[in-house]
Amino acid sequence: MKPIVSIENLYYAYPPLKVGAEPIPVLKGVSLSLAQGECLALLGPTGAGKSTLCLTLNGIIPHLTGGTFRGEVRVAEHDTREMDPGELSQRVGLVFQDPKSQLFNMTVEDEVAFGPESLALPPGEIEARIDEALKTMGISDLRHRSPLELSGGQKQRVALAAILAMRPEVLVLDEPTASLDPAGKRSVLEAMRHLRERTQMAILWVTQDVDKVPLLADRVAVLGQGKILLNGKPAEVFGQAEKLRDLGLALPRMRQLAIYFNEREESGYTWLTVEEAACDLGEDTGG
Amino acid sequence: MAEPAIELYRCSYRYNPDIPALREVSCTIPTGTWVALIGQNGSGKTTLAKMCNGLLRPDEGRVRILGQDIAGQPVSQIAHSVGYLFQNPDHQIFAPTVREELAFGLRNLGFLSAEIERRIEEALALFGLEPYADRPPAMLGYGLRRQVTVASLFALRPPILILDEPTTGLGWGAAQALLDRLAELHQEGHTILLITHDMRLVAERAEWVLVLHEGRLLTEGPPRQIFAQPKMLSRASLSPPPITRLAQRLRSFGMRGDSLTVEEFYREYRALTLKERACS
Repeated sequence: MKPIVSIENLYYAYPPLKVGAEPIPVLKGVSLSLAQGECLALLGPTGAGKSTLCLTLNGIIPHLTGGTFRGEVRVAEHDTREMDPGELSQRVGLVFQDPKSQLFNMTVEDEVAFGPESLALPPGEIEARIDEALKTMGISDLRHRSPLELSGGQKQRVALAAILAMRPEVLVLDEPTASLDPAGKRSVLEAMRHLRERTQMAILWVTQDVDKVPLLADRVAVLGQGKILLNGKPAEVFGQAEKLRDLGLALPRMRQLAIYFNEREESGYTWLTVEEAACDLGEDTGG
Repeated sequence: MAEPAIELYRCSYRYNPDIPALREVSCTIPTGTWVALIGQNGSGKTTLAKMCNGLLRPDEGRVRILGQDIAGQPVSQIAHSVGYLFQNPDHQIFAPTVREELAFGLRNLGFLSAEIERRIEEALALFGLEPYADRPPAMLGYGLRRQVTVASLFALRPPILILDEPTTGLGWGAAQALLDRLAELHQEGHTILLITHDMRLVAERAEWVLVLHEGRLLTEGPPRQIFAQPKMLSRASLSPPPITRLAQRLRSFGMRGDSLTVEEFYREYRALTLKERACS
C-alpha cells in the first residue's frame, strides 16, 4: 500500500531572526512515512524538531513561515509545496498541546461545525459530521456547552472533534495530553483508542508519555539532532535502551523493570506494559 | 526541635464567592521534608502553594512559615524563607538577559554584589546556562526558559522551595537533572513542596504526599501508604505509578502491592519466589 504521508530527505531551516544572520536549521535530512490506518508515535528530546516536523505536514511550513526547505513532503502523493494550504488543511488535521489555543466559538457545536461550514457542505452533511465527531470523542452530551467552561481533557476532545469533522486523512497530534491532568490524559487516550477502532485515519502522535506509547502506537520513530535516529515497532525501538538514554529519553517503566530482571537473572523479558509483566511474573511462579 | 517549615490551620480561599477553591485545609510540613502535592486540575494545589508564600492570603485560617504567622508580612519578606517556581516560566521571566534574570531575586533579598556574582556563576554552571548568560531569556526555547527560572530559584537557596509542575514540558533527561539538583538541596536540609501530575516522580522522590480533592485535603502520608490505596486515589481521579500497579496485580501471588521503585519490586518479588522454591 502506498503511504499517505511520505517525507524524503527533508531539510528545513527557519528564516534568521535578524537580517544577515544565518538561518537556523532544525530538520537535517528527515525521511519518514506513514501508512493509512497507522499510528506512529514520534519521540525526541526538547528542541529535536518534533513540532517543526508536524508543521511541515499541513504546509504551514514552508507556506506561511518561509525559510529554507529542501527535500519533499508528500501527502496523498502530492508535494505539499505545490498544494494550496486550504486544501492541505482538509487532508491533514493538527491538534496542539494547549487546547485553549484552538478553541474560539461560543458552543461546542459551533466549534465542531466551523470546519465543515467553511467547506460549504450541505446542512445535512454538516449535521452528520458533527454527530459523528462528537460521538467518536465521547462528548455528545457537551454539545450545547461553552468550551470555556469545560475541563482540560474535555477541551482537548472538542479540539479533536473539530478536526475530525473535517474528515482528514492524516491526524497530527502534537503532545495532545502534555497539558492535562491524569483524568484528562486518560479521557483523551481513550478517545484516541476509539478513533483508531472506528476510522482508518493515519495518526502522527508526538508524545513524551512512553508508558502509554505501547498501548496505542503501531510504530515508534525517534527524532534527534534533526534526523530520524530510530524507527520501528515499539518493542524494537524500546529495545535500544542505551541509545534512548543517551538522547535523554525515558524508557517505559515496565521495560526498565525487565532490564533490571535480565541483568540479574538469565531472563529475556521484553515487557512494555503492566499487563505483559503481570502475565509473565504471575505465571512464572504462580503454578 | 526545629519549627515546622509550613503549617496551615483551617485555611479556606475563594476566587469567586460561589466557588471555594480551598476548604479548611490543615497540614504541617516538618522542616527538611520533600513533599509532593497531588490532585486533579482545579483541586486547589496552586491555591495552597500560593498561600505559603503570601501571593494569596486565606479568607479564613492561618499560615505559619518557620514558626512565624505570615498574616502581617509582605510577600517581599516571606520571600526570604520561601522561593516559588511558577507553573508557566513566562509568568516570571522579564529581564533583558539570563544573567539579569538570576540577579534580580538576589538583589531584592539584599545580597552583596560579590556574593550575587558568585551565586549567578554557580547557578549558570549548574544548569548548563553559561552559553546563554547574555541572551534574552524570553527568546530561548521552552526547556531552556524553564531552566532559567529554576536556576534563579536555586541561586536564592531559600529554606523552603515551592515548585509548581517544574518538570512539565521538560524531556526525561532534563527532568531527572532538575530533580537531582533538588535532591542535593534536600540533602542540605531545604524543605521542598512540589506540585506534580507525575506519580512516578512522587513514588521515587517524595517523603510525604498531600492529596487534594475539590479543595479539601483528602488524605496525606508517605507515598508507600498513599499508593497502596488505589480506591482512595481513584476518588481523586489519580492512580498509582506502573510499578505499584504491577505489584497490586500480583497481590494474589503474595506481593504487598506497595512497591515504589524497580529495585524494591525486584527484591520483594525474588524473596517471595525463593521462599516458594525452598518450600517445594
